[in-house]
Amino acid sequence: MSLWKIAWRSIQQRSLSSFLTGLSIALGTALVIIVLVVYGVVAQSFREAAQGYHLILGAKGGKLQLTLNTVFHLSQPIENVPYSFFKEFTEYKDANGKPTRGKYASAVEVAVPYCLGDSYQEFRVVGTTPDLFDKLSYGSFADGRPKFYEFSSGKNFTVDDFRGAVIGAVAAKKTGLKVGDRFPITHGLAEDEDAHVHEEDAFHVVGILDPTGTPNDRAVFVNMEGFYLIADHAKPVELEPKSAEQQEYKEQLVRLQAVDAMIERLLANGKLEPGEADEVKKVESLLKEMRDTFDAKTSDDQYQATAGTTLDPGKQDAEGKIVPLPENQREVTAVLLLLKNDVFSQILHNKVNEGSVAQAVYPSREVAQLFEGVVGHVQTILLVLAILVVVVAGVGVMVSMYNSMSDRHREIGIMRALGAGRVTVMTIVLLEAILLAVIGGAVGVILGHSAIGAFASVIADNTGVMIHFLEPAPAADFGGWRVSPELVLIPALILLAILVGFLPALVAYRTDVSRALSQSP
Amino acid sequence: MLLLTDIQKAYSEPDGTRLPILQIAQFHVDRGEQMLLVGRSGSGKTTLLHVIAGISKPDSGIVKIAGRDITQLSEAVRDRFRADKMGYVFQTFNLLPAFSALENVLLGMAFTRNAADVDRARDLLKRVGLEHRLSHRPAALSVGEQQRVAVARALANKPQLLLADEPTANVDAGHQQQIVDLIRETCREEDVALVMVTHTAEIRSQFDRVDELSDINQVDH
Repeated sequence: MSLWKIAWRSIQQRSLSSFLTGLSIALGTALVIIVLVVYGVVAQSFREAAQGYHLILGAKGGKLQLTLNTVFHLSQPIENVPYSFFKEFTEYKDANGKPTRGKYASAVEVAVPYCLGDSYQEFRVVGTTPDLFDKLSYGSFADGRPKFYEFSSGKNFTVDDFRGAVIGAVAAKKTGLKVGDRFPITHGLAEDEDAHVHEEDAFHVVGILDPTGTPNDRAVFVNMEGFYLIADHAKPVELEPKSAEQQEYKEQLVRLQAVDAMIERLLANGKLEPGEADEVKKVESLLKEMRDTFDAKTSDDQYQATAGTTLDPGKQDAEGKIVPLPENQREVTAVLLLLKNDVFSQILHNKVNEGSVAQAVYPSREVAQLFEGVVGHVQTILLVLAILVVVVAGVGVMVSMYNSMSDRHREIGIMRALGAGRVTVMTIVLLEAILLAVIGGAVGVILGHSAIGAFASVIADNTGVMIHFLEPAPAADFGGWRVSPELVLIPALILLAILVGFLPALVAYRTDVSRALSQSP
Repeated sequence: MLLLTDIQKAYSEPDGTRLPILQIAQFHVDRGEQMLLVGRSGSGKTTLLHVIAGISKPDSGIVKIAGRDITQLSEAVRDRFRADKMGYVFQTFNLLPAFSALENVLLGMAFTRNAADVDRARDLLKRVGLEHRLSHRPAALSVGEQQRVAVARALANKPQLLLADEPTANVDAGHQQQIVDLIRETCREEDVALVMVTHTAEIRSQFDRVDELSDINQVDH
């Protein structure tokens, strides 16, 4: 009969206390598993969300904020950058239809614009181009192959389909949108007080994305051209005089504005005499008349100069095509840049940041810093708490076994009388602790994964992160070895069992056989 | 087979004074011999068996079993020697409650260098009339059956010496004779020397050799 079997029989003899101590280890282990797997998978999926491109360009401001509202669809978007800036990274046709290459286009594989600021229900709307799903990837498989977007139904929208939309998997599930449905988007984010719905500018769903496990599952993507045509999305144009007559008007306007400001100052200081107020009204009336005339003249000319058409954007032209918003009225919130070579990323990063228009950030670096700085600490705290639960459970095993030793003196005495040495009885007690820890730990692993499996759909619905029942915690570095922390868990439990079992084992070791045998059974 | 020479054993009182228990000039048992050691309660019978078994070390003297002085052995070697050469039948049977009858017998084999011999364990239980109770735990066995399991366990390792400490004390009168007969028969079959200790004189007529502990122990209890 092996010592393992003797230890197992001993556990069976104290079935209730063994069950309770094993259960406490199981629950602690389950907690560790849940923390490891959920946080590991979430961290991995968030890192993957920032993969597939090299740089994010956006208005100068917080790097993290740009990353948050571009990659994670969180936080308020920063200011926009001019469309002309975006064009520097693309190949396009100039006003005369001649193919032109932007200043940095030769280094760029694909540049995907993001126009942000609107929402549908609780989900952010991203105005973009079809390139996002056709040319960019997200994350990668274990063998290094990139993951490309796939559609569970429908397909990607096309450049010409101005009102086409693609819905992320979670957003589709929560909103109930399916291919063919029409939906209006809200100008402003769901949490904004002045957000309002543009019923007249509805989009139609052409595709539903397969779950990606990234924040893109929780977003609604629409054709950037349609996004621009929504009321209030056109950038106010700073009108410039185009003729001598306009120039004269402008100069008069500037002078009148100076007079107006002076009058305001005098009024504020109470330095106007009685009767002078009527003169002031006349000047203001004249001022308004001049401004209106100037605006009317310049805006007409401006349209003719830039769009080359007199048709309104959003309306159909003679060929039945919808007229896009003129480029001088366009802006983009961010640009995702996939470069032809990794080497270009440092060069472009520096070039953009040296300029005054925009900033460039490395998304993977920002996400890593976000995790290390904030989320990583939360994970560490949760992990420490979970490990403490296991340690407390281990102490419970020690207390339970130590208390049982007084009842076991006779049992130990019998085994000693049958020829068991001190080390043998000590080993049997240690094996008991190890069996309790390993069985409790194994049950805990099953419990933890079962809990994850049970709540996988809830997690997926709320975070977009897909976790499978048997998905192990992602590998971590253990002294140069990259293994899943779950594989370290069982050896760690055995070590814990040896530690907590040592004291009861020592009691067994020191048992006086003669005295133990003389005890009443 | 067994030879005790100049054995002295005393216990320390809480106040530090020494209380002599055993003082035996010489005591021997031959190979295969069966003898009964009779003594009053508290006369040191169990202490003597513990000294012979190596469970308790004498303060001085020699305990030779099969030619080896076990007082000179380290505790670990003495434990192994006990497992290999001696069997022990306790007054209170001392079966482990979580183990079946068969497992209790196998437990007797667990602490030797030899692999557990399940066939011998079954055979022993058959010889004590418990072939139909192999998987029963002690709680499911009668008192007589429990003591028979204890006898089988004591003989599990083919010992050369069996020590029986009042094996009939907790058995009802109807079964006492059966237990004594069983122990004596199996010892005879296995050519095992037997030292049986008792405080009653009822079975002394069945043994060729009966020693009064008071005759060999010079400590006056």
